Amino acid sequence: MHELAITQSMLNLVLEQAEKAGAGKVGKISLVIGEMTGVVARSVGFYFEFLSKGTPAEGAVLDFTETPTTARCRDCGKEFELGEFDWTCPHCQSNNMEIIGGKELFVESIEVE
Amino acid sequence: MEIKVVKDILGANDQIARKNRQLFDKNRVFVVNVMASPGAGKTSVIMETIKRLKGKTRLGVVEGDISSSLDAEAISKEDVPVVQINTGGECHLDANMTAIALGDLPLKDIDLLLIENVGNLVCPAEFSLGENLRILIASTPEGDDKPFKYPLMFHEADVVLINKIDLLPYVKFNVDAFSKTIRGINRKVKIFPVSCTTGEGIEEWVSWLLGRMGKD
Repeated sequence: MHELAITQSMLNLVLEQAEKAGAGKVGKISLVIGEMTGVVARSVGFYFEFLSKGTPAEGAVLDFTETPTTARCRDCGKEFELGEFDWTCPHCQSNNMEIIGGKELFVESIEVE
Repeated sequence: MEIKVVKDILGANDQIARKNRQLFDKNRVFVVNVMASPGAGKTSVIMETIKRLKGKTRLGVVEGDISSSLDAEAISKEDVPVVQINTGGECHLDANMTAIALGDLPLKDIDLLLIENVGNLVCPAEFSLGENLRILIASTPEGDDKPFKYPLMFHEADVVLINKIDLLPYVKFNVDAFSKTIRGINRKVKIFPVSCTTGEGIEEWVSWLLGRMGKD
């Protein structure tokens, strides 16, 4: 449900960057979305089509890179993807860890004409 | 032509949140963002906190709801300044809505501002309001598997209140396992088991909060 606000914010950022570059059209937008954010790519695509109408970003292709929730074990130092219902280190079974990936939510790059 | 951007999508929200924080700091207001799923007890925790802190600190409340002002009306009976934000369908409060609501509050006369977010365990975690403290209320009937389903919320919380512990004999909720799961990914978190019905644990939470206010 937060996808509407997130897509609007993303579009504003993209349009601002395109204008700064003096571009008239945005062809592609590369986005990085972490698993932990709960942002649904398909939903962003749906809102984007609707919100971008009449802007230089209308018709732009959205390219999503989805990053998994990853952690570093505070005991053995190894990195791993967090399990769905089991938050223990698969190497040493510790449950003391630091989240190091999965919170990403940013525009990586845009292609403009 | 490709342009490298590498900018946070919610950067604009974060910028407004920083401005809110400056305003809070200038007026020496300590701000708590109260988050939970619907029915976990956000309003009850706010009411219990108000009852115990009245006379000890000057309070204010922002009530965020998709619609209605039922909660704001209940709180205004406690003679505390309260502002209602109706998000009109949005599932979370954001920094801008908060900034607008702040205009209707006498910030100079408030030491502790409690902001009740919209009932939701996903979206509010993304949107900073400029708060000093993020608290998450998890109630025992919701089950103890919530951290696995909403990891971001549990990762971001400074405090987790386990509410409705008076119902523990009747529901499947293991307080120790639940706390251990959260602490595994969130070392700084403070956890308080409470019941707004019996009052158990509320004093501990409120005393801790008062102590924490002095530190920011």
